[in-house]
Amino acid sequence: MIGVRKMNDNIDFKINGKPVSLSVDTDRMLLWVLRTELGLTGAKYGCGEGFCGTCTVLVDDEPVRSCQYPVKNVRGKDVLTIEGLASNGELHPLQKAFIKSNAMQCGFCTSGMILEAYSLLKKKARPTRPEIITALDDHLCRCSSYHRILQAVEAAAQEITQGGKR
Amino acid sequence: MRAFPLSRREFIKLLGGGIVIFFTPGDPWAMLQEAQRRGFDRGYPKDFNAYLRIAPDGKVSCFTGKTELGQGVQTSLAQILAEELDVSMESVDTIMGDTALCPWDMGTFGSRTIKYFGPALRQAAAEARAVLVELASEHLKIPVERLATRDGFVFDKKSPEVKVSYGDLAKGKIIERHLDPKPPVKPRTDYTISGQPFGRKDAVLKVTGKAEYAGDIRLPGMLYARILRPPAHGAKLKTIDLREAEKMAGVRIVRDGDLIAVLHSTPDVADVALSKIRAEFDGPTEIVNDETIYEHLVKVGPAGEVVEEKGDLEEGKKLSTKLFEETYFTPYVAHAPLEPHTAVAKIEGDRATVWASTQRPFGAQEEVAQALGLPLANVRVITPYVGGGFGGKNRNRQAVEAARLARLAGAPVQVAWSREEEFFYDTFQPAAVVKIISGLDGSNRLVLWDYVVFFGGERTSQPFYSIPHYRILSRGGWTRAAEGAHPFEVGAWRAPGSNTNTFARESHMDIMAARIGMDPVEFRLINLTDERMKRVLLAAAKKFGWSPAKAPSGRGFGVSCVNYLGTYVVTMAEVEADKKSGVVGVKRVVCAQDMGQVINPDGARSQMEGCITMGLGYCLSEEIHFKGGDIRDRNFDTYEIPRFSWLPKIETVLIDNPDFPAQGGGEPPIVNMGAVVANAVFDAIGVRLLRLPLTPARVLEALRKEKSTLANSWLAPRLS
Ligand code: FES
Ligand code: FES
Repeated sequence: MIGVRKMNDNIDFKINGKPVSLSVDTDRMLLWVLRTELGLTGAKYGCGEGFCGTCTVLVDDEPVRSCQYPVKNVRGKDVLTIEGLASNGELHPLQKAFIKSNAMQCGFCTSGMILEAYSLLKKKARPTRPEIITALDDHLCRCSSYHRILQAVEAAAQEITQGGKR
Repeated sequence: MRAFPLSRREFIKLLGGGIVIFFTPGDPWAMLQEAQRRGFDRGYPKDFNAYLRIAPDGKVSCFTGKTELGQGVQTSLAQILAEELDVSMESVDTIMGDTALCPWDMGTFGSRTIKYFGPALRQAAAEARAVLVELASEHLKIPVERLATRDGFVFDKKSPEVKVSYGDLAKGKIIERHLDPKPPVKPRTDYTISGQPFGRKDAVLKVTGKAEYAGDIRLPGMLYARILRPPAHGAKLKTIDLREAEKMAGVRIVRDGDLIAVLHSTPDVADVALSKIRAEFDGPTEIVNDETIYEHLVKVGPAGEVVEEKGDLEEGKKLSTKLFEETYFTPYVAHAPLEPHTAVAKIEGDRATVWASTQRPFGAQEEVAQALGLPLANVRVITPYVGGGFGGKNRNRQAVEAARLARLAGAPVQVAWSREEEFFYDTFQPAAVVKIISGLDGSNRLVLWDYVVFFGGERTSQPFYSIPHYRILSRGGWTRAAEGAHPFEVGAWRAPGSNTNTFARESHMDIMAARIGMDPVEFRLINLTDERMKRVLLAAAKKFGWSPAKAPSGRGFGVSCVNYLGTYVVTMAEVEADKKSGVVGVKRVVCAQDMGQVINPDGARSQMEGCITMGLGYCLSEEIHFKGGDIRDRNFDTYEIPRFSWLPKIETVLIDNPDFPAQGGGEPPIVNMGAVVANAVFDAIGVRLLRLPLTPARVLEALRKEKSTLANSWLAPRLS
């Protein structure tokens, strides 16, 4: 088994809808367990201290900064990463809107942005622009695709409410 | 439909005639050796086969030593190739930054991709297309003149159903036929793909988390490294105690001179192990800090060289009825791509493969080869998607570290820098000082421009205003500067040198305009003879709705112009400056750009928007604080970069100039941001800041000083 610094613990949770059972040191941060043990590399390390948002994933639909979030906190919960957002091969309207609006450059911030927006749209189907800005303001994009990301989130909100999806 | 696939016999005949040769792209090492044998070496190759390969199913591989950092070249290069070869965009797959498969390239920086690599690729595609037409002519027994190409087929113009596919003609092989003279490229008027907005080729991968970056590479047996770092540049290791770290299960510690690393099969456990190493360092004595650096730079600046001169400064002085003298300061600025430097290295025998987040894969190849003592042909660098570069990933320290550690460990090793390491080893935009003495004659025409830049570099220092007597002196460039100038490494930052030079020049233009009481746009217009620049300036003014007024008008309007390596940009901005808090907010930015022929307008606009927003950072907040070699800003809490809530309303104007060759677009619009905002702040509240960034503290200080002296006392560090 990998990386023993303390005693490993068994932990069960759901990842992208599928149950997993792991034996890990549950004080480890979720980001690293996702990226190494689970091979899900869509969540990125950008700062390690909660400042940038590239590591964002959803735990029971709430965005968390997985670089700061111990694995033990997901026991029995549902974790959604960018890899699990498309369903049955069909991209989520947010993903489609990001493509359509060209809302990325290097793409390193993209999964965090999309998941944060996803959680926002769950709470508020048609957020105003200032509401989107507030929700996303702690997500950094060094390529400064901000403008297009806002357009994409607005377009997706419209698509979802009009299409009656989710 | 009557398609005419080549029979096997015919194909063999072509082979026999030496037209195509067998070559399986299966073994990259063979490709690397073959590439060197064929002279696909340093320098853009002449052989079109280096740039493209057509598979039997018609899929076209486009090879480029450029890397995809987010600027979208994977898409725009595919457009160039698809256009010139007459194939669909969908059929083109761009393979980037693999030193074994791609033609050599100096690196992805300086907005050079479309300008320099573009023509080479276009020429290669034009020749390949012409050769395919010849092959088709022999195969179909139809004269070349009667043949045309479309969508991956050569067909008979008289009866278009008679056709043969590129895939059938090339069959994935190297085509050993070349044309001399080279066939002409398509006239622009025939374009159907170039100049059209195309979505990014990498978009789906990036929204699904499938785009692979260097840190996402997983190899069997791979170990993650964390490297022991000094607390400050120049600090020397005194004592080290590894015992606690060694006790941790699964941890290995390797050492080669100064390089001491812990290795583990998970990165976070390696991190914990690193924190258990007790090490003491000898601190170097502090020589400079972020306040004293400017004085230091002026003191140690070399005699320098004249970048450009005209007329005679003395003569200019005589003609001047008004003289203006001012000094400008710009700090060290970090690249801070969201993906820190990362590399994975694997060594097999005397061969090394390195996956690196880099802007210069061929540079990384050389550095790794040198560090490991291997011939170049034994080192393959592969560049996955890169999470931003901005000039910072021109240096490949992490690739060398990964390669050295992989050799020491006897296992593949990943080195992924932490954010702290990224700030520590960044090659910052250098701090710089610019001194300008200028003069106007009785009719407010520039007659004197005496310009000295210390450590900023020369780019965009050359005046495009019409000035009879000027001299541009550059004392110390932006590349690895003279020993002792900077306390840490510096290097190219997005649009190197230009953010400094343009801040100084365009601030100075406004200072003159304000003192003579003239509208800053009008003042620029009467000093311009460059018609192209005038056109861009007028286009920006029209879009912005600029009405003439002398500054400070209270409106908070600013303007700045630049000629960045042939791309002309004029930016106008509207700001709000709060006299109580000193906070500057940028409300609206209009940016007009003439980049010659535009390959991908949507991509170009997206780059412009990105430049404008990113530029707000170096303008308003970004500055590295340090004491000697100790970098104090190590994460995004104290080093603030632009975020959503800073976003101004952005309007972009692309000037149609299709007959002018395509110029770079990844950098130019960032260059104006310092001056345009500084000028707008002056217009808003009447204080002139000569030092970037325009922090609230500096704005308040300037307001306070202005009140107390009423004179033109502008905030600047003290220079002796
Ligand atoms: S990596 Fe988690 S917030 Fe930056
Ligand atoms: S797209 Fe590069 S950081 Fe957002």
